[in-house]
Amino acid sequence: MPSGRVSLFVTCIVDQVFPSVGLAMADVIERLGYEVEFRQDQTCCGQPAFNSGYPEEAATVARHFLRVFEGAEYIVAPSGSCGSMISHHYAELFPRDAEMERRTHELEPRVYEFSRFLLEVAQTDDVGAKFDGVVTYHDSCHALREMQIKQGPRRLLGKVRGLTLKEMDAAEECCGFGGTFSVKFPEVSGAMARTKIDSIQKTGASTVVSIDSSCLMQLQGAISRAGLPIRTMHLAEVLASR
Amino acid sequence: MKPATAQPGLGIHETLGDARLQLAIYTATQRLIDHRKKAVASDVLPAYQDLRTLAHQIKRHTIEHLDYYLEQVEANVTARGGKVVFCEDANEVADFVLKLAKEKGERLIVKSKSMTTEEVHLNERLESHKLEAVETDLGEYLLQLAHQRPYHIVAPALHMTRHDVADVLTESLGVAREIEPEKQTKIARATLREKFLEAGIGITGANFVVAGSGAVVVVENEGNARLTSSAPRIHIAVAGIEKLIPSAKDLAVFLKLLGRSATGQPLTVYTSFLSGPRREDEPDGPEEFYLVLLDGGRTKLLADEGKRESLYCIRCGACLNHCPVYRKIGGHNYPWVYSGPIGAIITPQFHGIDTDPWLPFASSLCGACLEVCPVKIDIPKVLLKLRAEVTASGAKGKRERTAFRIWAWVMGKPRLFALFGSLAAHFSPRPKNGAWIRRLSWPMNPPPLPAWLSQRDLPAPAERSFRSQWKSRKAAR
Repeated sequence: MPSGRVSLFVTCIVDQVFPSVGLAMADVIERLGYEVEFRQDQTCCGQPAFNSGYPEEAATVARHFLRVFEGAEYIVAPSGSCGSMISHHYAELFPRDAEMERRTHELEPRVYEFSRFLLEVAQTDDVGAKFDGVVTYHDSCHALREMQIKQGPRRLLGKVRGLTLKEMDAAEECCGFGGTFSVKFPEVSGAMARTKIDSIQKTGASTVVSIDSSCLMQLQGAISRAGLPIRTMHLAEVLASR
Repeated sequence: MKPATAQPGLGIHETLGDARLQLAIYTATQRLIDHRKKAVASDVLPAYQDLRTLAHQIKRHTIEHLDYYLEQVEANVTARGGKVVFCEDANEVADFVLKLAKEKGERLIVKSKSMTTEEVHLNERLESHKLEAVETDLGEYLLQLAHQRPYHIVAPALHMTRHDVADVLTESLGVAREIEPEKQTKIARATLREKFLEAGIGITGANFVVAGSGAVVVVENEGNARLTSSAPRIHIAVAGIEKLIPSAKDLAVFLKLLGRSATGQPLTVYTSFLSGPRREDEPDGPEEFYLVLLDGGRTKLLADEGKRESLYCIRCGACLNHCPVYRKIGGHNYPWVYSGPIGAIITPQFHGIDTDPWLPFASSLCGACLEVCPVKIDIPKVLLKLRAEVTASGAKGKRERTAFRIWAWVMGKPRLFALFGSLAAHFSPRPKNGAWIRRLSWPMNPPPLPAWLSQRDLPAPAERSFRSQWKSRKAAR
């Protein structure tokens, strides 16, 4: 039985819009025998400011994050994008601050995207989940290209009883969200989502799974607008199903 | 150059609404994506990733020692009987060609594909002085006839279907309408052959300029660049100063990457090594050779360590093909001749960030460009740096900066963050059965919500946030 203390970083979007994803993640991790905590002072990773060209404002938020998660053993987030912001970009935010840089590097190796935590720390690809249906998996860009997460989530889905995984052609193509890009270039963003959805539809899957809630918000928003019978689910929700 | 625009033009809207064009772009780029994927697969090219790293290192070395290699190339070209002409800006290139043509009494110029000459609008300048400049690359020729600029770095007429091509040929040459590509090519070939035979000057681009030998390397598939460089009595090669590589052995790296990344070809059909005018013992080649090296804003980038890698580009076009934004908006909505991700990072650096401040933001930062870049230019990183420069310049307005300042302040106050969250959840409309919001009316629709809702439905904030549910969950145990 593995042991250790997991501190959840649920991300601002899961906290405020998709709390069921955070609860599902907590359930799965607890079932594996970990002690799970949620630090109430957490807010956001700062990525919206960073990607919009406001690194100083992002640094303000990053400072808060570093304070909140001081001393945490494992920090697990239901997101590749927020996870990557912390482990790949925080260091750039403090170019002339050796102390902050040190704290950032000290934190980096303890931040895990949810699927990676299951596979690499808990060392399991079977969490005893059961889910009836055909699903297709959407590779979220930052997880795929900044964190090299590709096969892991598929391995986990492969062990879910009752689940059939059907790959789509455009699995690695961006959903068009891109943070503030989605509202700065709404038409382009919407067109990208619809291309992705065409590819999803071709698989015949009734569920799209991803490890990032922001991609899923973009896809579900466009699916809902088009009135299609497809639903989106976070990997944590699938793995918590029994 | 285009006038400055704070926002992209209506062109994007029109391109997105043109179903035929959308299909043409998507299909053409998908073909290039598929071909590249096969050509760099690990069973075909096991060293692919190592080659990318090497290519990046060679380019970094060359760019960091550019002064040395520029002197070296000048010495070597001169030793072979050619002449190097350094041009600071676009006008100087055109001035040089005009002066040379006048001096030598030449009126007809054939050109093979060169993005650098597109940068300097050479054809327009030459035509305004009653010289005839004819593009000989099939795609470029069609664009010249249609009075359009390249849609793509490598496939300039990527957006044209064969029906479009038939229209262009019929309208401008008065020939019978042919929709078969082979027959269309024959029509163009017949016209272009005449031009090759008559022209006194041939202008080519350069994919690589070998500093150690003074050779210009041109890769192509149609043979027109080889003819352009050898049939007319004068050959002018125009290249940006960043095209230098130290020695011919470096080509072993770059030639493996360029064709594969661009079109999925292990090598292009022709790879020409052009080094100076014809020597006495040679049967053919030009009598005179000039290498025009253009700065055109490039040295500005040398000073910036964080963004300098933008100069490593070998113009393969892979980032365009793989960019989900390029695949939607196409090439002509980018403000300059270079489109796609590479255009988005070099345009603001060459022309200044004030010219088109929206450009670095027109990306979802998906990273597909970096993933396929044969010289590993970290385009997303450069985009982020440019975004920060744009906001620092004030081009985005005070309102956005203030909004992000307040946002960042709230993110450091967890209780306030939670309070705002519960207020939003309380006042948000809540469609029945968990459906998503289709529309919002005042005052519940502040920016950026209307932009979101223009394309997608919106989830209502959760009735109870995670943090609130977590407290009850813990209390229940």
